[in-house]
Amino acid sequence: MAEIAADAPQRVARRPRLRGAALLGTVPFFAFVTIFLIIPTLAVVIGAFTGDGGRGFTLDNVRALGDEYIVAAFGRSITLSASSAIIGAVLGALLAYALVTGKPDGLLRRMVTAAAGVLAQFGGVTLAFAFLATIGLSGFVTVWLQEHGLDPYANGVWLFELPGLTLVYTYFQIPLMVIVFLPALDGIRPQWREAHVSLGGNTWQYWTRVAGPLLAPAFLGSTLLLFANAFSAYATAAALVSQGSPIVPLQIRGALTSEVVLGQANLGKAMALGMVVVVAVVMTAYSLLQRRTARWLG
Amino acid sequence: MARVIFRWTVLSVMGVFFLLPLVAMVEFSTRDPETWPLLVDWPRLSSEYPALAEGILASLAQAALTSVLMLALLVPTAVWVRLRLPGLRRLVEFLCLLPLTIPAIVLVVGLAPVYAWVNYLIGGSSLTLVFAYTILVLPYAYRAIDTGLSAIDVKTLAEAARSLGAGWTTVIWRVVLPNIRSAVLSAAFLTVALVLGEFTIASLLHRTNLQVAIEYLGKSSATVSVAVSLAALLLAFALLLVLSLAGSSKKGKTS
Repeated sequence: MAEIAADAPQRVARRPRLRGAALLGTVPFFAFVTIFLIIPTLAVVIGAFTGDGGRGFTLDNVRALGDEYIVAAFGRSITLSASSAIIGAVLGALLAYALVTGKPDGLLRRMVTAAAGVLAQFGGVTLAFAFLATIGLSGFVTVWLQEHGLDPYANGVWLFELPGLTLVYTYFQIPLMVIVFLPALDGIRPQWREAHVSLGGNTWQYWTRVAGPLLAPAFLGSTLLLFANAFSAYATAAALVSQGSPIVPLQIRGALTSEVVLGQANLGKAMALGMVVVVAVVMTAYSLLQRRTARWLG
Repeated sequence: MARVIFRWTVLSVMGVFFLLPLVAMVEFSTRDPETWPLLVDWPRLSSEYPALAEGILASLAQAALTSVLMLALLVPTAVWVRLRLPGLRRLVEFLCLLPLTIPAIVLVVGLAPVYAWVNYLIGGSSLTLVFAYTILVLPYAYRAIDTGLSAIDVKTLAEAARSLGAGWTTVIWRVVLPNIRSAVLSAAFLTVALVLGEFTIASLLHRTNLQVAIEYLGKSSATVSVAVSLAALLLAFALLLVLSLAGSSKKGKTS
């Protein structure tokens, strides 16, 4: 009994010391992440509930999110993200389907998926300039159309407004859809179609009763991912829209840069928190749908 | 037959949509025949557009330093956690993937006060953006390196090296690192591509880089800025295309 008692504390004492020494190895990583990721995240959350002058807790900033112009900005952001996500999802799904009908290891498919991987990352200032060179006021396509008697801007210049942003966003939304939707399409087995046909079904019934319901969660989930992608985008819009702040990220820019207006700094944090909440809700729904997709098409 | 028609219609319409902006950029930037020769002529470029030259140099330095800092931070931690602290793996993974769910514009709001301190302690150089960029690339770099580490038997390698008398730095630098060379390379490629395209954080923290310089130049000289955009784009395309083609050919071999 006494022997055991003498042995036990030794082992217990040695273990924690080892663990402590091992933890030292991760200190640089955790220190860095704390300073440049955790603290900024907390700064947004805490700042959203902090009054401007002092440190007191306040709901004013969050209440200010109800202001008409902020609600309108959120509305436009959501409209832009939803429309570019839906257009991107439909066209991207068509493109992905066109790829699936070809050879699975063909050169075309590999080229298109590689290009999609690149284009999905493509955004920001360069994308804005690409579209300025294309359908800007003296862009390639604009000039060509005008020489043929068509003026895309007959009813006003829409490139710098929501319709223009939607068009520009689809340029990275379609490739993203191809990347995320292709695995689901690959999961559809030809045997299912054969079984369907051998039981007397036609193509319409196959799509509405077999493939449609199977692909629906994957399609919806991918659309949500596209929505979050468009909702968080900033650089493209910032380079394209120089007047006014139609969408939330540009409102945040306004709040960050115009320090002359009092009471704006923490309002920016409240809007940022609002964005995080929207993205978090969308991403949660996405992962739920992802789980449902995996049941059949994993 | 209908399927073949459908297939080629979709592919050609999409092809036009995706190639048109690139063609337009080429056309737009060659309207003034002086533009491209100017871009290759570095001394002239830096005297005529000093802000652009500064942005290019800043971006290159940021890309290089971010790659170094990312690797220095991530590789030893990932190896160490795998070997000695497996309980922490979930936490490390969660932290590394966290930036995916935080839009850059939100991160910048929180980074502003942190960078007020950075300014105070080490100054306002554009190179200080490297800290923020390391956070931005964490998810992509972590995935690449984690995949690389899963493919090799880190534990056996480390034990073998340790039993032959190697220290931990030797284990990481001379045993593990050479074995995950391709993963390290792809993490570095992704980092370079992302950093070269970054605008949000640089512009809102009032520091310069390539994208900020292009955007600024766009207000005065559209042709040059479109040409530089195209050049930057082609560079990023080349990097990522090499990466994804290499990735898909590797996948093809194993399956």
